[in-house]
Amino acid sequence: MNSQTAQSVKSNAPAPELRIVPRRHLGRWAGAAAVVLLLVWLGVSFAQAQIDWPTVQEYLNAPALIMGIGLAILLTVVAMVIGLVLGVVTAVMRLSKNPVVSGVAWLYVWVFRGTPVYLQLLMWFNLALIFPVIGIPGVFQGRMVDLLTPFIAASIGLGLNQGAYTSEVVRSGILSVDEGQTEAAQAVGMTRLQTMRRIVLPQAMRVIIPPVGNEVIGMLKTTSLASAIGVTEILAEAQHIYFVNNRIMELLIVCAVWYLGAVSILSIGQYYLERHFAKGSSKQLSLTPVQRLKNFFGTNRKALR
Amino acid sequence: MSNVLVRAENVHKSFGLNEVLKGINLEVSSGEVVCLLGASGSGKSTFLRCINHLESLSQGRIWIGDDVVGYRQDGNNLYELSDKHASRQRRNIGMVFQRFNLFPHMTVLENIIEGPVQVNREKPADAKKYASELLARVGLAGREGSYPRQLSGGQQQRVAIARALAMKPELMLFDEPTSALDPELVGEVLDVMKDLARSGLTMIVVTHEIGFAKEVADRVAFMHNGQIVEMGTPAEVLDNPRHERTAAFLSRVF
Repeated sequence: MNSQTAQSVKSNAPAPELRIVPRRHLGRWAGAAAVVLLLVWLGVSFAQAQIDWPTVQEYLNAPALIMGIGLAILLTVVAMVIGLVLGVVTAVMRLSKNPVVSGVAWLYVWVFRGTPVYLQLLMWFNLALIFPVIGIPGVFQGRMVDLLTPFIAASIGLGLNQGAYTSEVVRSGILSVDEGQTEAAQAVGMTRLQTMRRIVLPQAMRVIIPPVGNEVIGMLKTTSLASAIGVTEILAEAQHIYFVNNRIMELLIVCAVWYLGAVSILSIGQYYLERHFAKGSSKQLSLTPVQRLKNFFGTNRKALR
Repeated sequence: MSNVLVRAENVHKSFGLNEVLKGINLEVSSGEVVCLLGASGSGKSTFLRCINHLESLSQGRIWIGDDVVGYRQDGNNLYELSDKHASRQRRNIGMVFQRFNLFPHMTVLENIIEGPVQVNREKPADAKKYASELLARVGLAGREGSYPRQLSGGQQQRVAIARALAMKPELMLFDEPTSALDPELVGEVLDVMKDLARSGLTMIVVTHEIGFAKEVADRVAFMHNGQIVEMGTPAEVLDNPRHERTAAFLSRVF
């Protein structure tokens, strides 16, 4: 078949070896050059600007800022846990056949998704204006201002806001699981709750994790709003410092570095979580970067021998 | 006849204004294999799903042994059972689906022991041992660690059968178990089902496999338009159909 190409039909002389010239991507070269030029210009501007780089380095391990990013991470974790629990509960409520239950869930999502987080945080912080005293009569009582510390107010505020968003994510995850799964679970005698916990939610996680990972990263940055109600997370700490020493850009750069570091670590966590819940969804799990690296060096060593 | 295990009495089912079942009466004895035949849309699958209360009834009753399925009778009222009690009844009724419906996030072994461990609170070690026996019985010994997606359709359906058997059911319902399979995989599933039938398990099978019905069924019921129009031994119904609908259906299938 192959020997009868158009060439060999015309003449019986052996076909000359042909050189294949790949297409030239002139546009790509021009584009890359423009981008590199822009980056160089940006780098030069930063280098020439009045940024005192030694100061940046000095503050990179300032205890106040490390405490600040620690507080931001802690707040992120607490708020996300509240958000996830509320999100799952609300999603299940939304899918309930009881109109009152699904209506309440809808109302919650409507209110907390429809108002700014900043406003919600301020409201939680000032909740004492509505409920000056809180407690169970006769058992325990306390003044709201004592109980609702800035950190607790921020946790509740961010968590409740997050729950409204997460519930939509969880709901779409639950809806993505085939109806047949529920039927199969019921057919082996599982109750609705068991079915949800053992069969539906683990499969929904595959759909839920990527957007939730996104939200965790978003939350880490949103915690900076908590400085408005007196939580001294990293950005508030930085502001306290630069109000005194006036090294504004330097300290903001330090904050950016810390945020980027924390987000990078979170992204790695997300990758492994996604991989865990991908179990059984494809015939073979893809290799992790670490495994790929090991393979790479493994085969390299073999090839060298 | 021996003792009756399943008894359906005047079963009606409507989805909105659409009446799918129009008064089904059927008795299945312990150890009997009954095949439900009929064109698609005749209500076979819906009736099967009523037997383990995946569908509620609009009218009528279904008994399994002495219990009314899905309801509690008090005087002239039938109260639908709570989720908990309905699930309890389903423990004794195995079901195999057209689309297998294995749990994709679990291995074959985890699929099989899920019911015994989570529902019957069996010890995982015991459940695993029995699961391996069942896998051997359906010809899949050693596949415990595979995920459903790594198996062929026929293998998945055999795992699904093993999963249902793991609950030690007194009744097995098969809802077109071979309809989603490639033709060359149908045989392996039917072989497992024949083996089960011979072992004396009570089975109700919705199927289009006339050959299987002829060979294995004790009785065949032909459904049309929400009713059983003809019922009898395979020889009676399949070889000498009396109802015109049955005859028309069989001539199309063969």
